[in-house]
Parts: sequence; structure tokens; C-alpha cells
Amino acid sequence: MGFKKRNSGSAATATVLALLLLILTVSTVYYFVVQTWWFPPAINEIGKEIDRQFMRTLVITGVVFVLAQLGLAWAVFRYRSRGQRATYSHGNNAMEAVWTLATAVMFIGLGIYAQRAWAEVRFKPAPPEAMRIEVIGQQFKWSFRLSGPDGKFGKYKFEAHPEQEFTRDPWVLDPDDADGKDDIILGPGSVIAVPVNRPVELLIRSKDVTHSFFVRELRLKQDAVPGMTVPLQFTATVPGEYQVVCAELCGMGHHLMNTFLKVLSPEDYDKWLKDQTAE
Amino acid sequence: MTTHAGAVHVHEAPTGFFRKYIFSLDHKVIGKQYISLALFSAFVGMFLSLLMRLRLAWPAMKLPFFPDGILPEQYLALVTMHGTIMVFMVLTTAPQSGFGNYFLPIQIGAADMAFPVLNMLSFWTTFLSMVVLMGAFFVTGGAPLGGWTVYTPLSAIGEIAGPGQGLGMTMWVIAIALFCAASLMGAINFIATTLDLRTRGLSLMRMPLTAWSWFITAVISLLAFGVLLSGGILLLLDRTAGTSFFVPGNLVVTEKLIPHKGGSPILWQHLFWFFGHPEVYIAILPGMGLASHVLSTFSRKPIFGYRAMVFAMSAIAFLGFIVWGHHMFVSGMSPYVGMAFSVLTMSIGVPSAIKTFNWLGTLWGGDIKFTTPMLFALGFVSLFVSGGLSGLFLAQTSLDQYLHDTYFVVAHFHLIMGVAAIFGILTGTYFWFPKMFGRMMSEGLGKLHFWLSFVGVYAIFMPMHFIGLAGHPRRYADTSGAAYLQAMDPVHYFMTVAAFITVAAQFIFVANFFWSMFKGKKADINPWQATTLEWSIPSPPPHDNFAGQEPTVYRGAYEFAVPGVKDDYIEQHVPPEQVAKG
Repeated sequence: MGFKKRNSGSAATATVLALLLLILTVSTVYYFVVQTWWFPPAINEIGKEIDRQFMRTLVITGVVFVLAQLGLAWAVFRYRSRGQRATYSHGNNAMEAVWTLATAVMFIGLGIYAQRAWAEVRFKPAPPEAMRIEVIGQQFKWSFRLSGPDGKFGKYKFEAHPEQEFTRDPWVLDPDDADGKDDIILGPGSVIAVPVNRPVELLIRSKDVTHSFFVRELRLKQDAVPGMTVPLQFTATVPGEYQVVCAELCGMGHHLMNTFLKVLSPEDYDKWLKDQTAE
Repeated sequence: MTTHAGAVHVHEAPTGFFRKYIFSLDHKVIGKQYISLALFSAFVGMFLSLLMRLRLAWPAMKLPFFPDGILPEQYLALVTMHGTIMVFMVLTTAPQSGFGNYFLPIQIGAADMAFPVLNMLSFWTTFLSMVVLMGAFFVTGGAPLGGWTVYTPLSAIGEIAGPGQGLGMTMWVIAIALFCAASLMGAINFIATTLDLRTRGLSLMRMPLTAWSWFITAVISLLAFGVLLSGGILLLLDRTAGTSFFVPGNLVVTEKLIPHKGGSPILWQHLFWFFGHPEVYIAILPGMGLASHVLSTFSRKPIFGYRAMVFAMSAIAFLGFIVWGHHMFVSGMSPYVGMAFSVLTMSIGVPSAIKTFNWLGTLWGGDIKFTTPMLFALGFVSLFVSGGLSGLFLAQTSLDQYLHDTYFVVAHFHLIMGVAAIFGILTGTYFWFPKMFGRMMSEGLGKLHFWLSFVGVYAIFMPMHFIGLAGHPRRYADTSGAAYLQAMDPVHYFMTVAAFITVAAQFIFVANFFWSMFKGKKADINPWQATTLEWSIPSPPPHDNFAGQEPTVYRGAYEFAVPGVKDDYIEQHVPPEQVAKG
């Protein structure tokens, strides 16, 4: 029949496909090894643990990737039609059991292991000495609030304004709450600073739509959800200036919603704080 | 066994133009209508993606209809519409409603679907959905900019949230609600057809894996689209009736207090992803079934582990419903819940791995014929592996804190749900074209199309992993916002060029498709020497498929290279005494 004739010369096709799979495998592995585009060094302990978990996952998936793609390439080349008759087999239950069990142990084990770093950031309450900073997302700027010398945040009072045209920001503190008197508000577009090696707890919220606070070097990301305050803790150990970006689509200026997180020595931090209160 | 096939819905071949080609009750015509809709939608979706790639590589470039270049809000409208059209109108429509409609009844020996009128309604509701969706481009404010996931409150509070969030967004919700209704009609039809209309001898465990995949996908659709439909209606109420399901109180958008109170933005995410994750499997399961089918056929070898394949697809369908929270690790959802979703998600890698091993097992010891459908099925396996493995990173809570909403995610879901599923659709097209149109497609053009597409999609989507690892957030209109992003511009240029070449290659396919339809070599009844029932009737099949003679099935779907038999395949409908020995 025509079918057999058309496919008698399958050697060239088999070779090209096998070679393409080989090139795909080699070039993918190459870029994972040279790390031309890669994450920047982590500046916190959890970030380093997350990197280790990443590498564990990369090794396991990398081995599977190479074996599967090269296995495919080999099968395609080795079993190309050369007039042979295929083996008659409907499968092998022992092999099914082995690879089911092996992948189950490997994948689920990896998944359970990943929860260590997650629990460290997300389950534990922040230490009592942690510096608390309120982070507020709005289209398309970040704002921050520090609690001031008393260590307490004042309450918001939304009801203070009627629901018509506003001439100024209706997102205001309750004037009757004494805790709010010394709060330091760093308005939209501000840069935020934290002292090095000091535990920090961010209290992330949003004024309008959902945003996401993301700092690469901390390996952390948290959505800023309207109506909620979500805590996120870290301790930065390397002084420097790190980019904060928005990672959740929030509207037309999403890609421009960014600022910086400065990690400062205690002396520099005090100076920075004084500058903020002076304004 | 149910053997009343043929007793149901015998309808005469229609004679009028409208009854024959427009409001047809024939599952084959409806299947072709779905495939045409998907083909058109795929080109619209690809065109939108090219505009996106242009904006990402050269933000200021002036284009026809974009005298000031593509603006950021227009870029986001492209993102939203590209995703919506591709997911709903292509990936859900072609493999399930298109090929499923055409070939499920034939593969199980039935004369038509169980409910032909429902089938017709289902298609025309889908068509209406596409019309409403496309209409969003042409209303004031244009198409919505909230992405295909339309997170609230951005998508619930009207045009104050941005251009396109007014009427355009309302039309989006209506279009999706229509689509859900259509998919529910389709799902019921597929389930009833599979369970009730199988012919004599065709037990469930003798069904082709394609039929299994359509059946399982229909069950997923039935359970998932109902939830999206409800969510869509609630969202529509929030937008138009002043309810507050998804909008909390005290929101201040561009200095205006929003009059809603008491809703939850995370509720929308739960409802959306309860649909959205199973949707991934709705898109890919028919591709898995078809890849299995085609790999076995062209390896001239029985499928390795048929029962394991059925089990794995069922397991994927079940697990698909209890992992949606992995889209929401950093959404503000309880971190304990996140941990549970994370471990469950890792376990979905197991049935996926079983499938991959079985595909390799099928090839092993085969007599592989490299036809164009076989090449695309092999490409499917490669893409499924590449796209699946990155899921093991994203499923881990701790790693997702970094990778969530970066290009790593975009790379992952495009490889596995986008291009792997598209390769499945192309496998189906090249494989079944001779049956559908009675002519062969050009093998030379088909292979050229495969080589360019296979290299092209990897060139577009592999680099995305790396800029994702480098922390590039997705849905950014350009890289001007941060210095570290600008360093990745060369990668954007590369991906844009690769995208143009890959899309250009798709015109080879279109040319081949239409040229072959009229000028291709005439196809035999069974040009691939395959075993299932569609290859036992003329190409193209007559109106009632089996001319009133329902076939009897004597064996499983993948009897290749049986020892002691002359040919290297035995068709399902051939009685044992007629099988030539040798």
C-alpha cells in the first residue's frame, strides 16, 4: 500500500528529530549551568534555603528531563522503520508499579521538603522585637507607614469623609486615636529602608485593587489584597539597595509600579529615619 | 452491555443549505464548525501575540491602528484577549468539541451524538460567545485589561479601574458565561453518548484512548464550567447590580471611595481557579488521548499499559479538582491551606509521569513510521515533558514565592497547555484529515511545518524560563520600570523574532490544509492502516456513518503486530475468522 512506500526512507527523518532533541537537551542544560539569566544572590537566610530547595528540584527534574528527551531521541532513532515487525506487548505491570512508586516517592518527598522554608516564613509569628512596617499598594505606587516611637499604629477612619468628590486622600488616620499621632507616613512613591540584621514584619495591604510586593533578593512575594492585612517577615543581612516591583496585574501602570528597599547599617538607618521625620 | 445504538435519533440526511451546513444536526458538520471556529480563533490569538511581542521588543514602534505605538493599556488588552481566545476558543474548542464531536460517535460505532439538537445549540452558543468576546474590541474603552483570570476588584468596579474595564469587561463576562453554558451542553452530550451509544462488543476497556480522553474531559467540563458560570454571574451582578461578592468595603480608587462593602477578592480567585485548574486538563487530556492513539498506530505496536493510561487520565481528572489552590499560594490564602495544596499538586506529577513512561514504552521495540501526524505526536511528548517538569518547581510553596507571576509561569503553561495542546490539535488534523475530507494532506509541506514549528516553539518559550528565574514579572508592557529588567531586553528581541518565524510557518499549514482539501491525493478508507472504527467506513463518512449497519467490535483498539497474523494490524470490527493468518 501507499502508506508503506511513503515511509520507507525514514532514516533521515529519525536522525533529524533525534538530533533536534539532543540539541534541545544540551542547550537547555547549558543555560542552566552557565546561569546567564539567573536570580541575584539572596540577602536573607530563608532566601538561601529557598535557593537550596531550588537546586534540589533542579537536579531531580534535570535528570528526568535529560533521560526523557534523550530516551525519546534514542527510541525514535533505534526503532525507525526498517522493515522490522514491532514487538507484540501490551505492557508490563511490574514496570508500571516501579515507576509509579519511584515518581511518587520522589515528587511528593520533594513537595514535603519544600514546606520547611515555607513554614519558616509563613507559619511562625514574627519575633516580638521585629520592626513592623505597613506596606500599602495603590495604582501605581507603593506607600509605607512606620509606627513611630510608641511602636503602635493608629487606626484608619474611612467614615470621616462623605462619599462624594474628594479633594484630598480619604485614606486617613482616625484623629481621635493617640497611637496614630507619631506614625510616620511615607507617601506614594516613597523608598523604604530597614536596618540590617533586624527582623522586619511587613503588614501588606491595598487601597484599591490587588497588587503584589516582590523583592527578588528576599525571594519573597506577597499579594496586597484589598480588605486584608497580610503579614510577611524577613531579616535582611546584606546592606544595599534592592528593587521592589509589583507582581500582580493592577492596571495600565502595572509595569511602572516600583520602588526600592534599602538595607542600611544601624547608623545610616537612624540618619534616614531622621530625614523622614524632618519632612 | 448497552446495545441499543442506532435505536436513538435516526434522522434523515437534510437537503436544504441551512439544514445541511449552518443549523446542521449532524455531529460531523458540527465538529467541522467547531474546528473552523478554532482555526479562525487561533489565528486571531496568534496575531494578538505578535502585537504583544512587538510591544515587548520595540515599545515605541508605530503600527497601523497604533499611531502612537501600542500603549500599555492596549498591551494589557492584548494580553487579556490573547489568553481568553486561546484558552476558550482554541484549546477547549478544537480538541474536545471539534475532533470529539466528529470522531467520538464514529469510534464507538454510533450514528450520531445522543442529543443532536443540544449539540447544534452548543455550537451556536459558542459562536455567539466568540462574537460577543470579539465585540469587546470595538466598544468604548476597548477590550478589558485584567488578564484572562480577571482578578477582582480590578474587574469588578467598572471603568474607574482602567480603560476596557467598563463595557468591554462586561462583554467579556457575558461571553464567558455563554461559553460555560455551551460547554455544559456539550459535556452532557459527550457523557451520554459514550455511556449509551457504544456498539455491540465495545466495552469501555476496548474503547480507543481518544474516546476515553473525550469522555473524561466531558466529566471534568461538567463539574468545572458550572462553577465558572456561577462565578461569572456573581461578577456580573457586582458590576451591574451593586452587589459586593468580590469587592470589600472602603476601597479608594483614584481618590474615589467605592460604594461596595463586605466582599472578598480571594473568593473570586477560588471560584476562578476551581474552574481554571481543571481547565488545563480539559485542554490537554484530548491531546494525551490522541498522542497515545497516534504513537501506537505509527509504532505499529499496541499501546504500552492501556489500563495504566486510563487510570492515569482518571487520576489526573480527579486530582485536577483538588489542586486549584496552587495558583494562590501568595494570594493571602491561609499558608496551611497552601501547604496542603502544594503536596497534592506534587502528586499530580505521578500520573503525568506514568503517561510519559508509557509513551516511551510504546515506542520501544516499535516499527516507527514518521508520518506528519506521528511527528507532531512525538513533538507533543517532548513538549509535555519540558512543560510538565517546570510545574514541579511552581507546585512548591517556598519556590513559588519567588517564581509566582514571573515569566517562568508563562513558559510553563505555554509549553504544556499552549503548545503541547496545539501539537495535539495538529496531530489530530494531519491524522484525521483524510477521513474528514477524503484526501491526503501533503506530507512534504506537513513535515516542513513540523520542523519549523517544533524548533520555533522551543525558541520562543525556553528562554522565558530564564528571564522568569531572573525575576521578570509577567504582564509587563515593557522593561522601562526597573534596571534589572532592561538587562533582559536581548532575550525579548530573540523571542520576538522566533515568534514571527513560527507564526509565518503556520501559513504553510493553512496552505496545505486548503490545497489538500481540493487537490490532495484521494484517500483510501484506511490510509494509515489503523485499527479503530472510523477507518472502516468511507472517507469522508456518509451522513449516518455506518449506513444503518451498526458494526460489531471484536477486540481492543490497539492490536498491532499480533503474532501469527499476516498484516501488522487487526481492525476492531473484523471477525476473528476473517483475520488472515500468516
